[in-house]
Formats: sequence, C-alpha cells, structure tokens
Amino acid sequence: MGQTLIQKIIARASGKATVQPGEIVTCQVDLAMLLDSGGPRRIWPRLKELGVGVWDPDKIVVISDHFVPAVDAESAAILQLTREFVDEFGIQQFFDMEGIGHVILAEHGMLQPGMFVCGGDSHSTNGGAFGCYMAGFGAIEMTGVVVTGEIWLQVPETIRVNWNGKFQAGIVAKDVMLTLCRELGMDNAFKVVEYGGDTVRRMSMQERMVLTNMAAELGAETGSIEPDETTLAAIRSGGTEPAADALDWNSDPDAAYTETHEFKADVLAPQVAAPHSPANSAAVEEFGSVAVDQAYIGACVGAKLSDLHMVAEILDGRQVARGTRLLVAPASKQIMAKAAADGTLATITAAGAIMLSTGCGACAALGAGILADKEVCISSTNRNFKGRMGANSASIYLASPYTVAASAVAGQIADPREMLV
Amino acid sequence: MDGGPGGTRFDEHRDVRVDLVCRSPAKQRGNSSPEFSCMNVITGKAWVFGDEINTDVMAPGLYFKSSMEEMARHCLEAVDPGFAASVAPGDIVVAGHNFGVGSAREQAALAFRHLKVGAILAESFGRIFYRNALNFGVPALFFPQSADIDPGDVLAVDPVTGSIENRNSGQRYTVDGIPEHLMQIIQAGGLMPWLKHRLATEGAP
Repeated sequence: MGQTLIQKIIARASGKATVQPGEIVTCQVDLAMLLDSGGPRRIWPRLKELGVGVWDPDKIVVISDHFVPAVDAESAAILQLTREFVDEFGIQQFFDMEGIGHVILAEHGMLQPGMFVCGGDSHSTNGGAFGCYMAGFGAIEMTGVVVTGEIWLQVPETIRVNWNGKFQAGIVAKDVMLTLCRELGMDNAFKVVEYGGDTVRRMSMQERMVLTNMAAELGAETGSIEPDETTLAAIRSGGTEPAADALDWNSDPDAAYTETHEFKADVLAPQVAAPHSPANSAAVEEFGSVAVDQAYIGACVGAKLSDLHMVAEILDGRQVARGTRLLVAPASKQIMAKAAADGTLATITAAGAIMLSTGCGACAALGAGILADKEVCISSTNRNFKGRMGANSASIYLASPYTVAASAVAGQIADPREMLV
Repeated sequence: MDGGPGGTRFDEHRDVRVDLVCRSPAKQRGNSSPEFSCMNVITGKAWVFGDEINTDVMAPGLYFKSSMEEMARHCLEAVDPGFAASVAPGDIVVAGHNFGVGSAREQAALAFRHLKVGAILAESFGRIFYRNALNFGVPALFFPQSADIDPGDVLAVDPVTGSIENRNSGQRYTVDGIPEHLMQIIQAGGLMPWLKHRLATEGAP
C-alpha cells in the first residue's frame, strides 16, 4: 500500500520506512515556530522551572504578530519579554512586527517540501501549502518541543479533496474553503486534508495557503498540497534554493485515503459564512440585505498581496459606503511595501479605506478594529466564532476579499461579480 | 463530593492531581477491581453543552492579557453566563461533537483546570484542545452518548478504564480509556512533571 505525502514526512521524521494511520510515533522537529501570543511568555517560565534551555536555537523561529504594535502596558511588556527571550537563548530567526508568522515563514523561504514543522498557533496548517508537515500545538506542547526537539503523534488518516475546472471571475480560494467548511464540516480532527486537482494546480502559492490555512477550520491536523514548480518558485522568491529532492515529496498513486471528494470549480458562486461558524456558509445571493458596520481585510488568511489586489480591483473608481468603515491590515511589512509600490494602497485609500498596521489585529480581538455590541462585520479572516472580534453580541460574516470589498462599497453584503463586469 | 478532586492542587507548575493518578503502571495492572482502575473515580455534577463549543468562548480574546484566574471567570460565558461562577470542583463537562474546535490557545484547556473541572466527556474534540487538556492533566474522554446526559446528573467517571456511570439514571457506559502512550504523561501528572522526570533520568538533551 502506498503512502500519502504526510505519511512519508512523518515516517522520515520518526526514522521509519513507512507509517500507518493510528500508529503512535515520536518525530524529530525540523523547525519550531513560536509567536508572541503563546510563545516565550508562556514557555519561558516553564524552561526556568525545568532549569533547561532550548534544544537548538537555529531550529526555532520567533515572531511577534499578535500583540503588535503595543496598544497598552500589557502588550508592550509581552513584546519586551519576547525580545529578551530571543536574546537569552541566541535565537537568530526573530521577526519583530514584520508581519504575521504564517506569512513570514513563506516570505522568507523557510519552508521546504518534506520538512516536519510545529507551530504554536492553530493556523500553522498554513505551511502545508509548501508540501511540508506543519501543524499547530498548544504552548504546553511547544514547551516540550523546544526542550526536547521531539513530539509524539498518532499518524493521521488523509482525506483527499480534488477541485477541477476554472473559477468564474470573482471566485477565489476563500470561496472554496467556505464551501468545504459546510460540506466536510469542522469535525475532522486527527485527519489531514490533502488538496489536488487542476484548479489547485493553477493557484498561486498565496491562494494555496488559503486552502491549507483554513484546514484548521475543517478541524484537521493540517492541510497539504503536493509540491510543484509553483512551490519551488515561491521558495526561491523567499531567497532559498529548494532542496534537490523537493519534488520527490508526493503521495503515491496507490496511497490510501480515508475519503475522496470531488468538486467543480466552474459552478462555484461567492460564499459567505454567517455567524457564528465558518461552516454556516451559503452562496452570497442567498443573503438578503444585511447592512454592514465594518468591513475588515486582515489576518494570515486574508491580507496577502493577492488579497489586496482583489480589494483594489473592486474599489478602483468606487467609494466605501457612508455608514460603513473598511479597515485594511496587510499581513506583513513586505506586503505593505509592495502594495505601496504598485499603486494598490493608493487605490484602496482613495476609496476611503482606513489602513491599519500589520499584525493579527482585530481577527483575534487584539488590535484595532474591535466590534461594539450588536455591530455587523464582514471579514476576510478565517473565524467568526461568537465574540471572536470583540462583543459577544456582534455578528461576523466571513467572505473573500472580493466580497468584503464589494460589501464595503454597497454598505451591505454584496456579490462582487456585479462590480467586476 | 465523594471521590472527587476537591482537595487536589491545581497549580500550573506543580505536579497536578497527584492524588488522582496512579504513580506506576504496575500498580495499575495490580488493581483488583475489574471495572475501575486505581486512578480515582471522578464523581461530579454534569454541565451539558452542545456541539462545536469553540476555544474562543472558553478563553475569549478580549481577556487574553488578563491573568489566568480572570480568563477562567469568563470561560464559556458566551454560551452559559453562569457556568464559571457556579461550576464546583470535580464537576464534569459533557458536550457534543468537536468540543474545543478552533485556536491553539492553551488557556482554553487551562480554564477548566482553574475551575477544577473533574473531567470532560465529549462526542469528539478539537485536536489541539484535546492534547492541551491531557497535557494539563484534565481527563478528556470521547463519549458518544453525551445526549443521554441531563444537566445536573451525577456522573462517576474512570478515565483509565473508560467506565462511566450516571447515578441519576443508573445507566452505565464503557468508552475508550485514555490511550496508554498518554497515560505516561498523565500518570506523571501532566507534561511538565513528565518532562522533569525525563530530564532527571535522561539528562538535558
């Protein structure tokens, strides 16, 4: 019986020839990502208690993205402690307010096919777009990783999801994921979702990362996409030469999948997820007039350069509706600079949008853009749980950057296709 | 509350629940009871929740910078405003599918330990939450019959054998106990004591 890509990576990391779903293995970690949220501030006191340092400072990357920039004394202290931590342990790979961790790893060519990577954040699944194993763990387990360089796993089963066909204009990876949250549900814990099909093959890496990022919303251990030339080009653009065996990291033709699902891209409409779950999604035309107080473009999943390009395409020559505010928080400094250089920011700001600093921000109720009681927000982020962006009584709708921008212009949930003709 | 963990220490960086767990697998094997292991049976009142209860309502982002005590006071307030104030030590949380879906924030699992919840029974769990709960020594068991349980039912749960008794209805269930590889960590009292033990026996890596 053949092996899936993720089985092969777990086998390599655990020193075995092959592994089978359900098997318990201990894996050697190639890279550990710590964020300011659940990283040094929760791990350092435990290292002190254990009386040990980190296993390998060169295999640890620390990124401050949740509490940035500091808005009060507490967040300032967390950021300061994070800086002290990297100094104390000699960690060179430190990105302080440079952008959101999941995007930083991609921008800097830090992920390679076949790597085994642990991240202290649930959207660590994002990294699976590069053909590596990357999954999220809590800070208590990341403590174990930075001390021992190991983690135990129960080898997950893999679900294969194929998308074939071409999208209509205005349809993107986010619409795919809101569809999958509804169709596959969010209860796929301890499983991997592997994406394939010609639609996925044509996607840019930025779009592929939407698929793997929101594998977290499917409840999956991680998402994975077999590497190809697009993957290698993205690694090179991050300043790293891909490993010679990069394209050998593939699923075997006879790999065993626990489920296989086929979807057609041609017939997909823009999707919107209603409160309070990403799985509560439907085609945009099924929403009547839902007035919007805030439209938000942000987070690891929804504020990359391609996302800002979608927003600018809608906003070009249009204005944000009176009574609606559009907030835009690019996912990294590099993205902000590129969007400034290519005119995207000029288009967005001319339409009346408010630019926010780079970071996780309002997506996790940490930065600017928190919602008041009973407010309605449409957001390019990945979670619309009750209270996620502030008040428990607020309503959060999730959609693609196209749909969020179109809704900002209309002042209510709107179909972007009508503004793209 | 008989047999419950009322007197147990729950300090994060100390050995937790030492009076609840077997200190050695040999002792566990030598237990004479066919049904209940030497890990104390946890007895408590059921708090019943539905499906897809997520980490953001267990540990709301708005309180992320607050102390763990403060965060725990807001645990689940978006779905049951009275829970954190009224839950008693040893009480048992019963939930539908995908309990703890969402974020990696460990405060979601830690909140239950701060509230001294005795065990969590759910039809299924969010993966990171499940791992976090066990790493903090909060027993989490997959329990397909959650819908049978009414709020306030008194349950007796053995996390090792997976034996569950509803003392109100008299109904008994057997589910999968906590997997053996995790029992090492749980028997040590959680991941921190387990790491201490490992570092003491194997030295720093």
